[in-house]
Amino acid sequence: MPKTIAEINEKIKAGKAVVVTAEEIIDIVKEKGVECATHEVDVVTTGTFGPMCSSSAYFNIGHAKPRMKLGGGKVYLNDVPGYAALAAADFLIGANALPDDDPRNRFHPGEFNYGGGHVIEDLVAGKDVRLVATAYGTDCYPRKKMETWINIKDMNEAVLFNPRNAYQNYNVAVNLSNKTIYTYMGVLKPNAGNVNYCSAGQLSPLLKDPLYRTIGIGTRIFLGGGAGFIAWNGTQHFPNAPRTEIGVPKRGAGTLAVIGDLKQMNPRWLVGTSMLGYGVTLTVGIGVPIPILNEEICRNAAVTDAEIFAGIVDYSDAYPQRRPDIVSETSYAELKSGKIKVQGKDVPTASLSSYSRAMEIATTLKGWIQSGKFLLTEPVAPLPGVDAGITPRALNERPIEE
Amino acid sequence: MVVSRKIVIHFPKKLAGQPVISRLVKQYDLEFNILKASITPAEEGLLVLELTGEQSEYEKGIKFLTKTGVKIQSLSQDFTRNEERCTSCGACITICPAGAFELDKKARTVKFDNEKCVACGLCIKACPPRAMEVHF
Repeated sequence: MPKTIAEINEKIKAGKAVVVTAEEIIDIVKEKGVECATHEVDVVTTGTFGPMCSSSAYFNIGHAKPRMKLGGGKVYLNDVPGYAALAAADFLIGANALPDDDPRNRFHPGEFNYGGGHVIEDLVAGKDVRLVATAYGTDCYPRKKMETWINIKDMNEAVLFNPRNAYQNYNVAVNLSNKTIYTYMGVLKPNAGNVNYCSAGQLSPLLKDPLYRTIGIGTRIFLGGGAGFIAWNGTQHFPNAPRTEIGVPKRGAGTLAVIGDLKQMNPRWLVGTSMLGYGVTLTVGIGVPIPILNEEICRNAAVTDAEIFAGIVDYSDAYPQRRPDIVSETSYAELKSGKIKVQGKDVPTASLSSYSRAMEIATTLKGWIQSGKFLLTEPVAPLPGVDAGITPRALNERPIEE
Repeated sequence: MVVSRKIVIHFPKKLAGQPVISRLVKQYDLEFNILKASITPAEEGLLVLELTGEQSEYEKGIKFLTKTGVKIQSLSQDFTRNEERCTSCGACITICPAGAFELDKKARTVKFDNEKCVACGLCIKACPPRAMEVHF
């Protein structure tokens, strides 16, 4: 008999819900079959912990005396520029922001030791951060300059808001050229010297609910060590990627926009990250609970690394030139074995996403639900699915002639 | 018993012109493999060596080195991992030419074996959370 989220929540409150991780459900389904597992298990917890560039945080720091209108002015946090184009005491910082005087790639590959992602980590860690702001001054907001230490605990609001996180699947990166390249997929050695991938595979939230049957707008999630919500579909949410027979995408497909109170998060799950020769970013921990409402949802939540495939993409040419061709396909089971075959040659693999930390997230979320302190939410609206008719758009440049 | 150890030798300026390593080879019959060498503008030198030989001769050699006035450290003290920052992603595994990083297949955590480290330093900047530290 199908279950409802409300029924599962009653069981959670009574401390009787059966909660297992996305890894544990695999063995349960293997042992007992889908029908029995659907009956027995109420919630499957997923997890992922990888660099997610489209991440940011916004703040309201309270009003200075005399007042100062940051909006339209400039703000720097530990020398990293924030975005001050909101109201007087609000601003935002993006994970990829760099200090104005960072040498970037002038000496290639640039090191990118500190940026927006690190500022977010420092704030979450409770460290004082140096705010330097300038404004033009108005009759009601006369102040033009400010230099002060700020701390997350003194802010009115500190909100993590990430427009694109938790990619449903991702390219596997290789370099077919004859020189080392430095990419957001890590350092790639020449002549297919290594292969980097970035997904938790069989633990990853959207790979375990591939058709978005339960994960939707309004779903409560583990975010950065605290509780957050899915706010919207992420940018570049393209559900129409090629899929396997049971609907698991074989390329990047769905994405999530997520939001949550930064004050209750933890720096273990929001880590400032430096990609050599590429830039700074934020490694984000996300875990999504999947209510096991019927057999289809259970079957999909039990999908294994051997049933999840991704395309190997040449980051020396096809990727930068925006060509869609792939070198070949591989499975996460093969990737996790430590080496795969690329063009007939054995190539060692490495991950940018931490599977051990993803496991820790899934286990933590499981504990929260078991203890009754984390209830599931009904999605307010579904994420756009494969039938939504979304087609990816590339930028068609129209030269400006004057 | 034959031993093989990696050490870091800091040469003060006054020793930069003296034949220290060649005496190690001649007097103590030790084999050496230079893993890294650099001289600062102030003419202080840094040498990372793998020394191999009979244990008794190795110990005498180290004694000799100490007497010359160089400072010796074991390499394993110099390359360390900040366990708080390491997220066990695995980006270092294929970057390290010496195979010093290994994935524990069961726990999926990355192990660092500094006995295998050759002090090339490639991992320092390739580590996304900057967990690898060098203390020369």
